[in-house]
Amino acid sequence: MAGDALIEMRRVNKYYGKLHVLQDIDLTVGRGEVVVVIGPSGSGKSTLCRTINRLEPIHSGTITLDGHPLPEEGRELARLRADVGMVFQSFNLFAHKTVLANITLAPLKVRRSGKEAAERRARELLDRVGLASQADKYPAQLSGGQQQRVAIARALAMEPKALLFDEPTSALDPEMINEVLEVMRQLAQEGMTMVVVTHEMGFARSAANRVVFMADGAIVEDRTPEEFFTHPESDRAKDFLSKILKH
Amino acid sequence: MDVLTHNWSLYGKGLLGTVELTVFASLLALVLGVIMAGFRVAPVGSLRTFGTVWVTVLRNTPLTLLFFAVLLGLPRFGLVLPFDVFAILALGCYTSAFICEAVRSGINTVPVGQGEAARSLGMTFAQTLGTVVLPQAFRTVIPPVGSTLIALAKNSAIAGSFSVVELLGTYKTLNELGYSIIWSFLWIAVGYLIVTLTISALFNVLEKRWGVAR
Repeated sequence: MAGDALIEMRRVNKYYGKLHVLQDIDLTVGRGEVVVVIGPSGSGKSTLCRTINRLEPIHSGTITLDGHPLPEEGRELARLRADVGMVFQSFNLFAHKTVLANITLAPLKVRRSGKEAAERRARELLDRVGLASQADKYPAQLSGGQQQRVAIARALAMEPKALLFDEPTSALDPEMINEVLEVMRQLAQEGMTMVVVTHEMGFARSAANRVVFMADGAIVEDRTPEEFFTHPESDRAKDFLSKILKH
Repeated sequence: MDVLTHNWSLYGKGLLGTVELTVFASLLALVLGVIMAGFRVAPVGSLRTFGTVWVTVLRNTPLTLLFFAVLLGLPRFGLVLPFDVFAILALGCYTSAFICEAVRSGINTVPVGQGEAARSLGMTFAQTLGTVVLPQAFRTVIPPVGSTLIALAKNSAIAGSFSVVELLGTYKTLNELGYSIIWSFLWIAVGYLIVTLTISALFNVLEKRWGVAR
């Protein structure tokens, strides 16, 4: 695993004005690895996730994807982003397009696939996330859980090398969280490389290869879920776990 | 009352001139305005600067002054075109600044996440703007763009002072023929109403068809 790093962050720093949101972040994600990032709100975990495809630019340090350093804004960056899917907290499905058109848009425009092939693939993916019958609806007609599953299908349509999840279940009603986590679990089992920012400890325990615990802009612990949840090393992590695991 | 019935062809030509000015200048303004709005939100600094200068200069210049600059200035640099083409250029460029700002405010109503999702899928800036952001912005800018084009129709009257045939300019001929000023102007006003109410109706239809339901 160590020889085959897909995402590498080295000494990454980022500031929002005076606030040092990412402090000397070192993180390596191997191919096929599932890394779950947890931590209190404001710890910089979402920012970390968004720097990987440069939705947030960084101030210093390097990020490499599959051996290529992240380029500046432009065509080069667009090409690289096409290989890294992202799933957002607020779904961000294109509101003016049908579910099917949401999924086929990027394959048609970016990959220049044929219309027929793109639609066939989109229907396969919809079937896989259990929404085959919803292809012609608009996002606003779907529940949150369904929208998020469409968003995952949309990201998968680009055949990405890795998927980034930025709190994918935080905006969902409790009863819809599982249908999304189930899809993510399947992806993890199939060997997709994933970075998942989440508050779902159950998912972290069952699907993650590693848990990264962040606090105040720094990575405090980076270990297997088993070790992390049973024997957290730092006081910060102990404190965090005691607060969320009690109830 | 007789002013109209005795001068059908004069009024007709004037109205046609105003309609032509309005239609062609509107098309120019819409195309330029959308392009400039794209420039103003572009990731490339020089494009943003160009868009900002374009809007600042044109929006803050009196239209009459702009007409003088275009009709008297450009020929000095060797660019000689018919006066009505010059008038369309002046009107279209002037109005494009207002269209640009209306479109840009529409762009700002589209949630940031829409653009982020498009970019995260590998779409370029132009693709993101063209297929995701502008189609959604379009729905909210229908009313202000309608108002801007109505203003354009009325502003076209200035072209009459630069020997372009249009509706308001007909009053000079009518005055020389000795017709009552009041009736001449009344029918001119009716002519403008025909143009502006048509634009209103068109944009009402657009809004019903495409506008955001709230």
